[in-house]
Amino acid sequence: MNLDLASSADLARALLPELALTAAALLVLLVTAWRHTSARDQRIAGWATLAGLAAAGAAVWWLWWHTARAAGAPSLIAVDDFRFVTDALFLAAAGLTVLVSFDYLERQGLLVPEYYVLLLFATLGMMLMAGGEDLMVIFLGLELMSVAVYVLAGIDRKSGAAAEAALKYFLLGAFASGFLLYGIALVYGATATTNLTQIATQVRALSLERSPMLLIGLGLVLVGFGFKVAAVPFHMWAPDVYDGSPTPVTGYMATAVKAAAFAVLFRVLVEAFSGVAAWKPIVWWLAVATMIVGNFIALAQRMVKRMLAYSSIAHAGYVLVAVAVGTWAASAAVLVYLVAYTLVTLAAFALLAAMGRDGEREVRIDDLAGLGQRRPWLALALAVCMLSLLGFPGTLGFIGKWYILVAATMVRQTLLAAILVLTSVVSAGYYLPVIMAMYMKPEPFDQAHAGVRLGRPAAVVVAACVIGLLVLGVRPNRLLDLARTSALVPAAPIPVATPATGR
Amino acid sequence: MYAHTVLTALLVWPVVAAAVVLLVPERWAKHVALAASLAEFAISVPLWWTFQPAAGMQFVLDLPWIPFWGIRYTVGVDGISLFMVLLTTFLVPLSVLGSYTYITKRERGFYALMLVLTSGMIGVFVALDLFLFYVMWEVMLIPMYFIIGVWGGERRLYAAIKFFIYTFFGSLLMLVAILALVSLVAQRAGVYSFSYAYLLAHLGELGPAAFWLFGAFFLAFAIKVPIFPFHTWLPDAHVEAPTAGSVILAGVLLKMGTYGFLRFALPLFPAVALHPAIQAGIVALSLIGILYGGLVAMVQPDFKKLIAYSSVAHLGFVMLGIWALTLQSVQGALLVMINHGISTGALFFLAGMLYERRHSRLIDAFGGIAKVVPLLAAALTIVSLSSIGLPATNGFVGEFLVLVGAFRTYPRAAIVAAAGVIVAAMYLLPALQRILYNPLDKPENEGLPDLSPRELAVLVPLLACIVWIGVYPAPILRRMEPAAINLIQSVRVDAATITATR
Repeated sequence: MNLDLASSADLARALLPELALTAAALLVLLVTAWRHTSARDQRIAGWATLAGLAAAGAAVWWLWWHTARAAGAPSLIAVDDFRFVTDALFLAAAGLTVLVSFDYLERQGLLVPEYYVLLLFATLGMMLMAGGEDLMVIFLGLELMSVAVYVLAGIDRKSGAAAEAALKYFLLGAFASGFLLYGIALVYGATATTNLTQIATQVRALSLERSPMLLIGLGLVLVGFGFKVAAVPFHMWAPDVYDGSPTPVTGYMATAVKAAAFAVLFRVLVEAFSGVAAWKPIVWWLAVATMIVGNFIALAQRMVKRMLAYSSIAHAGYVLVAVAVGTWAASAAVLVYLVAYTLVTLAAFALLAAMGRDGEREVRIDDLAGLGQRRPWLALALAVCMLSLLGFPGTLGFIGKWYILVAATMVRQTLLAAILVLTSVVSAGYYLPVIMAMYMKPEPFDQAHAGVRLGRPAAVVVAACVIGLLVLGVRPNRLLDLARTSALVPAAPIPVATPATGR
Repeated sequence: MYAHTVLTALLVWPVVAAAVVLLVPERWAKHVALAASLAEFAISVPLWWTFQPAAGMQFVLDLPWIPFWGIRYTVGVDGISLFMVLLTTFLVPLSVLGSYTYITKRERGFYALMLVLTSGMIGVFVALDLFLFYVMWEVMLIPMYFIIGVWGGERRLYAAIKFFIYTFFGSLLMLVAILALVSLVAQRAGVYSFSYAYLLAHLGELGPAAFWLFGAFFLAFAIKVPIFPFHTWLPDAHVEAPTAGSVILAGVLLKMGTYGFLRFALPLFPAVALHPAIQAGIVALSLIGILYGGLVAMVQPDFKKLIAYSSVAHLGFVMLGIWALTLQSVQGALLVMINHGISTGALFFLAGMLYERRHSRLIDAFGGIAKVVPLLAAALTIVSLSSIGLPATNGFVGEFLVLVGAFRTYPRAAIVAAAGVIVAAMYLLPALQRILYNPLDKPENEGLPDLSPRELAVLVPLLACIVWIGVYPAPILRRMEPAAINLIQSVRVDAATITATR
């Protein structure tokens, strides 16, 4: 199906998922305006949100099934499988977050049906951002997403930590948006366009590879996105924000927000700046710094949630390895890794949300002692999550890491691959203690885990994620096919710039 | 039918049985596990007769797994891996039986993990695809980690995580080396494939990259063996693990390292492996391992730790035999691998039995108990003598072949290694005397019970193997000879052609 985006009917078809989601968001907003007084109202809003996400998902599937492609002049929105697959990922993450939230919000005594509206708007922002073919659309999507997530971080008004998290996230996020916008302006100044493919054309036509304005603009864009993916040295906000936010929101931030930022980063670098070699060493060093710092600081954490926050920084480093490699295989690797990471992180945070007594910030790793005997299934699920985060064979986490390593070794980035695996060894030092506490240490006192309650919707989420991790870990063929056909192909052959081998 | 499915059956059956073990009531778990592991042994026994020594790789099954990455499910055995598979299936039922009274908590989990571990170990030995090999190599880490960490001694958490991280470190570097090797070969030959046979056939000249690739494989295997400076995880893991865990660790897991050298590091990188400096370095490390292991064992007050350090010495013999690369030395190395599994396995069983009687691993806690427990004393004596390498026991045949073979290429190293045999007598015989033959001076030792029928059932098969291999090793040597010749020739020829074309 070829869509001529100059015609409004075809543009509407291309934007069908976004339109469906917007309609759903407005509808849920309307519903919550009328009914916002009881837990039942909140549940209704939740189910309506799920329906809206499902509708948008169906629209994405429809476009994907008809292999929709853009025809004609470059336009605002990309119509390719990369967009559809990432859209599906965001929608799935949002849906799973809704299911986890049902129980959590009630237990924490939060009566804010607008929570679900914000979730919908954030997801819409991600879809626009990751599907944007134009820096302005990307910026609008990023802001829509960010503003909604700032509010979500602070949705628990009784919690001081949540307020701190929201303010910190907002202030630093606003800075990062400023950097990004200024970067976009400089890129526009150098190339006279904000369209990604046209930037690439202009760079080649005007030979702007070394234009200072373009390079500074690119650098600022990298800072803006580096903030969103929490790459070192732009990661300072992440631990506090992840720690202070309500746990389902943290899960959502660590998965969907991060996945969206990676999708757009990859698209911008590969589609607009594939002719500019300068970003490769920068991303190379960002990846190395992120892997090292994330893993080593996570090693020192005692709180489960904070450990997962630093571990998510480390995982951003692994994905940055694929971004630095920047080939077609790397793009497929990013997709597989994001799927793996989303499944495992959502499951892990859902489990953590179930363990939170009154303040789940306080769950230390040692508090999990004895969980293996008291709640065997729950402990098993968490153990599988930890092994998948570690990248252990038999889980999808391994397949994701393997794919990144394959992509890296294919272009002789062996040093980068070696750093990736060495930092993974370090990560065993903080994932294993979780398993160790659950199975190898006795329960600290009787009924220590009596407060652990996993609601049925959340249990379904965890079971689905864990089974998905294990099944896809042994037989990833379908997922690999999907990733391969949806991968972004770099516009021009990228010169293999390697600070790695020096050749 | 049997020829194509047997290895897969050996891989799948323990996993199925593990699931059953988890479902049955707690008190049946050990019986079900014993039956399952005996069945596993029964499945593997016909391999011994149907194996054709001259036929190379056999019992092969080759199926596509992840075609996109050129990954296949390929399994098969030759004269090198056959004995490792049989050793595994032989030791597992004994370990299960030996754990009947030792493991008293969470039995279902323990026996299920033992069975999963069996699957992983056999997977390592039969995998002929580097992806499959790597996956199996890692997968067997988890059950062992739990076996040490949950059912181990006092410092079990420390030992478990140390064991895991050491092995994980080495194997992840090997993973990068595997990927780099495959993409190097793919660039030259055009196909991205993890098949062992394909890689071996299309290897060609790797140039300076071969050095780094060999280094990564070396590190992974050297940690597992363990070769001298990488051995520090071993005493902790062996001592803290429950009896069955120690037996499997010593009997099978350590052999994965030496097997990895024979199967991968040597044939894939012959030019590096036979580089005189590297060869000399590894031989020197083996000698250090033999002497250092023996000397450290001599001063151990803890019987289990003594056995653990003796493993370092024995594996030094294996490494020497592999790197001397003559027919006798390689056959000897393979034989020492089998013998060490049997003798050291039996020693760990006996140490466990002593521990169950006295709840102490210290040599000084016993003394003169030969009169009280004559059967146990006899068994311990025979096993110790076989571990020292007394003629007419299995230990002698293996170490003798290694020394004879190594003498042709490294005469001085062989002489030093021969001193290691004497050191073995110097640490095991005094320990034997202090446990069994000194005057019976501790009243609490007077009432120790002798071997029960169950314990006899564990030890008798091991003792029978000790005598059988010691007296008549020909059937084993005959089966491994073609594979050993093949290995030596291919490595020497490859190395010669590669150095000639330089």
